[in-house]
Amino acid sequence: MSIEAIPVEPPTLKHAGHAAASTLMRRHRLRWWEASPWLAAVAFYFAFPDYLGFGTALLITILFALSLDLALGYAGIITLGHAAFFGAGAYTVGLLAFHGIWTEPITSLVLAALAAAAIGFASGLVLLRTQGLTLLMLTLCTMALLQEAANMAHDYTGGFDGLPSLDIAPVFGVFEFNPLYPDTQYLYTLAVLLVCFVFIRTLVYSPFGQSLTGIRENLLRMHAIGSPVRRRLVICYTISAAIAGIAGGLWAQTNAYVNLSALDLDRAATVLIILILGGYGRLYGAFLGAIAYLALEHFLARIYPSAWQLGLGLLLIFVALYARNGILGLGEDVWRRYRAGRASQ
Amino acid sequence: MIAGIDVISILLGGLAAGTVLFIVSVGLSVTMGLMGFVNLAHGAFASFGGYIIVLAMNRAHFDFVVALALGFVGTAALSVVFEQSLYRRLYRATELDQVLLTIGLIFVFMAALTIAFGPQSQPLQLPPELSGQINLGFTQYRTYSVFLIVVGFLIVLGIWLGFEQTHIGAQIRATVDNRRMAESLGINVDRLFTITFAFGSGMAALGGGLGAEFLGLDPQYALKYLVYFLIAVSVGGLGSVVGVYYASLLLGTLDFALKLYLPKGGTIFIYALTILLLLWRPQGLFGRKMT
Repeated sequence: MSIEAIPVEPPTLKHAGHAAASTLMRRHRLRWWEASPWLAAVAFYFAFPDYLGFGTALLITILFALSLDLALGYAGIITLGHAAFFGAGAYTVGLLAFHGIWTEPITSLVLAALAAAAIGFASGLVLLRTQGLTLLMLTLCTMALLQEAANMAHDYTGGFDGLPSLDIAPVFGVFEFNPLYPDTQYLYTLAVLLVCFVFIRTLVYSPFGQSLTGIRENLLRMHAIGSPVRRRLVICYTISAAIAGIAGGLWAQTNAYVNLSALDLDRAATVLIILILGGYGRLYGAFLGAIAYLALEHFLARIYPSAWQLGLGLLLIFVALYARNGILGLGEDVWRRYRAGRASQ
Repeated sequence: MIAGIDVISILLGGLAAGTVLFIVSVGLSVTMGLMGFVNLAHGAFASFGGYIIVLAMNRAHFDFVVALALGFVGTAALSVVFEQSLYRRLYRATELDQVLLTIGLIFVFMAALTIAFGPQSQPLQLPPELSGQINLGFTQYRTYSVFLIVVGFLIVLGIWLGFEQTHIGAQIRATVDNRRMAESLGINVDRLFTITFAFGSGMAALGGGLGAEFLGLDPQYALKYLVYFLIAVSVGGLGSVVGVYYASLLLGTLDFALKLYLPKGGTIFIYALTILLLLWRPQGLFGRKMT
């Protein structure tokens, strides 16, 4: 039997008109509402000039949560130590600026990304061999290790006190970081977030991103179809680390200081909570989670710290039991029911 | 000669601290080994029990032993309530959901303890017969530390005997080894888990109370020592009582010595060692290979 005898039909043509196929093909297209976060961010700039410091912190948190979404939401790498990369980026910017080596903000961010990516790559190579509790422990220990190292290298990093009053050069040599009126910080952070977001969005809808989802959903099957699982995971972890490093670098630049809190378990747990609260593996979950969390924290935590903690704990329990896909997941459920209700009428 | 005494006192102090770590972590090891449930809130039960014990002694002036029994029973009872209402629903859920639930529980406990008793640390007032020094023949040392080391040894001996000699111990061992096989042999794994969960939480309560001397006892307890409990359990090996004992003693001694000689960032070696060890043996020193 010759090979030519087997009729080969191009499957794409046959299924082109199928509803599922067209949904899949349209998945990555931009939708009209995707402009709304950016319009809202610009509107925020004009509407709340007194809250630009808060807005900057919010944008940085969104970026950090997005980086975690790539590792946890898309590739399914459960980590409790993502602040390791945030801190690596923050300390890269901080050390360079404090010791007067390099203060140009954009190239500093690139260096922060590279430093965090290097740590992500090195740790990912060994950590991602493991799973479950061991992986959780190893990510936690890596972060604790970095924090202790930063504490130990007191002469360079300032130890517990950190590096205060960093001198950051103006953006493009023109726009200065004014600590009293952080409009430059806000717009600069927003621009960086937009660039990173476009990159992440392109990545998750690329074949590479699809294979990450495949690894999360069914590891065995991805092995079976010959996907280079471990290499993909390491690459994803490295990219995620680089973006977390950029978030950390932004944090150091806009606050003009770095301290050990950049590498804290608190920070790692908070970003995890934010992402899950918003909805992981969904890109916009990071936005919703960060807004909901920071707004609540801003208004509640200062007035009733214990009540805030109690409420947060109860909220987490609720999410774990009933709303595993976060706010976005709840929204999708409601939307689906609404559509189903309309269709049945 | 002075160096010799130094080594002995560091060893005794470290072993006592390690014993505390063991008493808290042993329950976590067994329940994680049984169900694979990532229970980050174990330390919260330890702090809850610790508060019962310390407050029963300081405010209600109960006897030390009575206070310990109260802490054990109270925490075990509370843990059963949580196990039945919350944990049970997530046995088959992903680790992420389990992590989320138990982090939430940590926050709830921390907030509740702060609201009820304030953010300050609760001191443990030792009974007179346990305070002071004891003559060990070769050296003088704090009576309470020696008492802890002896108690820890008795506990590990008791649990080990229970594991090896009793019917329920055999059931636990079988379930840790192969849960599906154990279930098909008619072992009621859910009930087994409830019992071990209650016992483990009760032990944690004892550890929280007995260890208030070493670790302190404040609302942040569960989060502050979370990494240490997890290191003890994962280095020792899930489900292995003897493994957790050795790992805890090692961890306690290392920590004690490093804090003395390298007060700034000495714990870096503990984390580095843990990472290396887990890369070499992901299942821990005494754990079975995970399937």
